[in-house]
Amino acid sequence: MDRAEVMDRVVKILTPWVKDEAALAKVSMETNILEDLKVNSARLVDVVIAFEDDFDIEIADEDVDQVNTVGDAVNLIAGKL
Amino acid sequence: MSGSNAQNARRRVVITGLGVIAPNGNGVAEFELALRKGRSGLKTQQSMIDAQFACTVAGTPTGVDALCKSTFSEEELLAMNMNHRYASLAALEAWQDAGLERPSRDSDVVDWDTGAILGTGIGGMDTIAEKVVPLTNAGKVRRMGSTSVEQVMASGISARISGQLALGNQVTTNSSACSTGSEALVMGMERIRAGLATRMLCGGAEAASHYIWAGFDAMRVLNRGSNDAPEKASRPMSASAGGFIPGAGAGVVLLESLESALARGARIHAELAGGMVNCGGHRMGGSMTAPNPTSVQRCIAGALADAGVAPEQVDAINGHLTATGADPKEVDSWEKALRRRPGTLPPITATKSMIGHALGAAGGIESVASVLMVARGFVHPSINCEDVHPEIEKHAASIPHEMRELPDLDVLVKAGFGFGDVNACLVFRRYRA
Repeated sequence: MDRAEVMDRVVKILTPWVKDEAALAKVSMETNILEDLKVNSARLVDVVIAFEDDFDIEIADEDVDQVNTVGDAVNLIAGKL
Repeated sequence: MSGSNAQNARRRVVITGLGVIAPNGNGVAEFELALRKGRSGLKTQQSMIDAQFACTVAGTPTGVDALCKSTFSEEELLAMNMNHRYASLAALEAWQDAGLERPSRDSDVVDWDTGAILGTGIGGMDTIAEKVVPLTNAGKVRRMGSTSVEQVMASGISARISGQLALGNQVTTNSSACSTGSEALVMGMERIRAGLATRMLCGGAEAASHYIWAGFDAMRVLNRGSNDAPEKASRPMSASAGGFIPGAGAGVVLLESLESALARGARIHAELAGGMVNCGGHRMGGSMTAPNPTSVQRCIAGALADAGVAPEQVDAINGHLTATGADPKEVDSWEKALRRRPGTLPPITATKSMIGHALGAAGGIESVASVLMVARGFVHPSINCEDVHPEIEKHAASIPHEMRELPDLDVLVKAGFGFGDVNACLVFRRYRA
């Protein structure tokens, strides 16, 4: 699976939690998940569970702490596939 | 207007909004039609059959998923169990029925004068049973995600509404078993009277879950004799009443100070003229599961006194009336508290005959029914009591088997009683300036 494909799936998974739809429309690897997409920080644990289920991977809590942008999530996930 | 000078000086509280999710109708218009026609919302429940309940009938709202999809965002729904969904739909309907706008999520304007007291009896039991317990026992706590606490905490439903409507006054959840919804209205009324709030969304909600109902089935207080005829299964005041049928849903009213309602030109459905809550202390025949008749009569009499209404002025009763052995005792208490003789008891009706017993939501849903009856001048039928209980037979003429038009209906009294020997009574009155 290439990164573009991972990116598409990450964005799709994030969508229900996104509060700024305009930011979602121009999403890039640099888009910040909390600040730009306005995802509620408390819900990040739900997003991570959704990543794990969708990609059939496990993500450690320490790794989650390093994820700020959509690109961080894509790179983390791609590294586990 | 009767009453003392002190009562006249007190802030009057009116109902300007109604919202309901009930087994026999979602939304006030559909619910009113169902009430008038005596339409039952009780159905056979596969979940109860699968779990080998003795009673396999319950009243559960239908069509709620579609309503939710058109009302809430996907993100909101991820954190809303059934209790949250019912409560939020009913509260939003009450809000909009009162002519108020749903605020934008992007706005930072908080309504400091409006609060919510939305009760629940058993709360997020479905979330506990289907998510918290299995995941914890499997050692998968992490997979619960972020939304368990807000769905199982009792105050989750009122908290959810405060977020929907930017409420900044008192926001809380009360819990007093089956008197919960009625108690919420008394508490909201008192807060508005005290000048601490202008508007309060009040009522109750209860999810549809066989996990909530299991304990009642184990107690043998559910009707196990009508599984083959679900719509006949809830039989308040009848000789063949064999226990209650569990129900679910939510009923919410918007209470408002009269001056606020008049100032904004709001439509007034009715006045909440008075109310009272008390407890029987588990004495004089009362217990954890049975009401002390003296406390029931004191509660009814106290609510009337609070409203400045004489017992002979009561035109209709919406009883607690669950279809258990407590019904004859309750009717006897109404007779005594209203100082009536056989043949003079006002029409007495049981909303539970159509929707079952919605536990913490009962008082909320049945208050919506009560306000509709006062506002429109009718008493809905109390179905399934063609065979009136022998101890109630002397009041048989007061039981409406069909809808009765009562254009002069002025005062309707609603009561709710709950495990713990707790009581709540409300006096609704047609609004007059």
